[in-house]
Amino acid sequence: MTNNEQEITDLHQGMTEEVSRFTAAWRIFKKNRIALWGFIIFMIFFVVAVCGLILTIGDSPVLDPAQVRLSEKLLGPLSPVNTNMVKPVDRPLFNVYLLGTDDLGRDVFARMMQGAWISLTVGFVAVGIAVLIGIVMGGLAGYYGNVKINFMQVISMTAFFTSLVFLASGQKEMALNFMLAAFFFMILSAIYYYLVVRGSISFGIAGFLFFDTISVDSLIMRFVDIMLCFPSFFLILTVVAILPASIYNIMIVIGLTSWMGTTRFVRAEFLSLREQDFVSAAKAMGISDISIIFRHMIPNAIAPVLVSATIGIASAILTEAGLSFLGFGVPPPHATWGNILSDGKRFIFDAPWLTYIPGLSILIIVLAFNLFGEGLRDALNPKLRKK
Amino acid sequence: MFSFTIRSFFQKLVTLFFISIISFLVVYLAPGEPSQIDPMNPKFTVEDLQRFRQEFNLDKPLHEQYYLFYKNLFTGQLKSWKDNQPVLDKIYERFINSLWLFIVGTLITWCLSFPIGISAAIHRGSFLDRSTTFIAYVLISIPSFFFAYILIIFVVKTFNIPVIGMHTFGMSEATAFSRVMDRIWHLVIPSVLGALGGIALLSRYVRAQMLEVIHQDYIRTARAKGLPSDKIYYRHGLRNALLPFVTMFGLILPGLIGGSVIIESIFAWPGMGRMGYEAILARDYPIILAINFIAAVLVLIGTFISDLLYMVVDPRIRL
Repeated sequence: MTNNEQEITDLHQGMTEEVSRFTAAWRIFKKNRIALWGFIIFMIFFVVAVCGLILTIGDSPVLDPAQVRLSEKLLGPLSPVNTNMVKPVDRPLFNVYLLGTDDLGRDVFARMMQGAWISLTVGFVAVGIAVLIGIVMGGLAGYYGNVKINFMQVISMTAFFTSLVFLASGQKEMALNFMLAAFFFMILSAIYYYLVVRGSISFGIAGFLFFDTISVDSLIMRFVDIMLCFPSFFLILTVVAILPASIYNIMIVIGLTSWMGTTRFVRAEFLSLREQDFVSAAKAMGISDISIIFRHMIPNAIAPVLVSATIGIASAILTEAGLSFLGFGVPPPHATWGNILSDGKRFIFDAPWLTYIPGLSILIIVLAFNLFGEGLRDALNPKLRKK
Repeated sequence: MFSFTIRSFFQKLVTLFFISIISFLVVYLAPGEPSQIDPMNPKFTVEDLQRFRQEFNLDKPLHEQYYLFYKNLFTGQLKSWKDNQPVLDKIYERFINSLWLFIVGTLITWCLSFPIGISAAIHRGSFLDRSTTFIAYVLISIPSFFFAYILIIFVVKTFNIPVIGMHTFGMSEATAFSRVMDRIWHLVIPSVLGALGGIALLSRYVRAQMLEVIHQDYIRTARAKGLPSDKIYYRHGLRNALLPFVTMFGLILPGLIGGSVIIESIFAWPGMGRMGYEAILARDYPIILAINFIAAVLVLIGTFISDLLYMVVDPRIRL
């Protein structure tokens, strides 16, 4: 009897080895050595960036990235401080310029440390914005895709956006007119909804104003198509150049122009999840849409989003460097790897470290992010997990 | 097929309309007017400003400006704010220069990506496969301008050849041969740089496609009936793997502008990307807008062409 029970439990264990999704993914990920290196470099970079933030903020930071020492300009890496010329307060840590100095005698090591944090922030915030927009748009298109927008709603939305445009261009009178029109049409829509959809009163001939025009899905996907038509780097450059120079504008603009991929992924995942049994079961149990979307669907749809976010951070860092190179990057008080590199290019023969240190750093970090992202894609791929 | 073409064409037209609105708004809604670029300039009096605004329709309401802008663009009357030259002529002149870079770059990309991708797929897991994969990631990850500087220094130092600009200054006395060689050198380096990212992406894609095809049943059948492996891979495999690249052929068209801003700026290549950059520096709105618009139109044309090509090539698709 006990033998038999033992056998059954053995059989049971053999059949269903309880492995969480995370552990399963980690097992596959570990085997991919290049991706593992990417992950390790990513973690090191994260620690360095946080250290960089801690060491370079405040009134008298340990590493002062903005300290100008004109007598010490363009010194090579590992050169010691000239103690006769520099006051003790102005000296770098351990009295040595680990990575040399730039044309103003600023410590490149301190600037690199500060730049690590800024580059990381630019990457994460830009991608955060993109992912947020992507999830909302993709979720709407995937979950409520079949909902049709009626003619009156189209009119009122058009009026609303036109009003915003006029408001932004400073023509207040037109803005007010369009806003009033938008409200009027919205109220009409609401009345229609309560009378005709909820109740059963026919609008008769006026009903033609409420014919269905376009589904939510095609509206959002057409918008994605439109956004994909613009040359992204040139568009970012245009907007960043026109707006006042600030680190926040760069993050926001990069974020606002790179959400299309995430939208497509989330929509595709939602379309397939929507048909699955557990969603039908949740609906049958009367769970609200919001709860179904956030508790049940997003956790299942997050894998491709994570992958594209990792690779997105890499490309955001590259984009920031490219903008810095063209002179529209993060403005001077902050050092980023991009603007250290673009400042250093003038001295490429006299002080090659000013070009090679930030250039190679960007290369290594972006490479690490890309490799990590690709490894993640394989690890989270359910087809590979089963093998 | 005909109805699909017509429908697709009208869809593209609608998209084009929204693109025209968005690209107009992006530029015109930005804070600060072009007439205020240089408020401290004493030569720029209030009357001048007024005249400037009137000349370029800046005093009109927004929707009229929109209408006038696109009317002028399509009739070729749109003038640059900076030098009062017709925008379309300026763009056309630069477009031809960019076209050279683009053609050479595309040729390099397609000629290199396919052999690399195919051999990586055939010898999956080999040293060649792993090293090309790694190099592809390095090429995607390297900041293009950093790599450009390394390459310029390398070429100039080892071959003693100047590569900046379209040709070396003061070469008009030289023989025809050295002039041609000079042009080729100036053309090849920026094209190669522009192509590197494309090579990396495309060769990865070729590899993935080829891998997918190699595992199909008909390849196994071909192998089972004893065909030589070259014939299996290039006759049976490649033909089927090529299908998605037909669509990519249409999608490379927009690369003409987007990717070239940085490369053209470094090499002082008078192309469209560089003109866009110069226009941004000078806040020359008509040119910025026209370039954004034309780039978007190129994308639309590219997708349209690739839709049609796909339909021709793949008989299963008759939308």
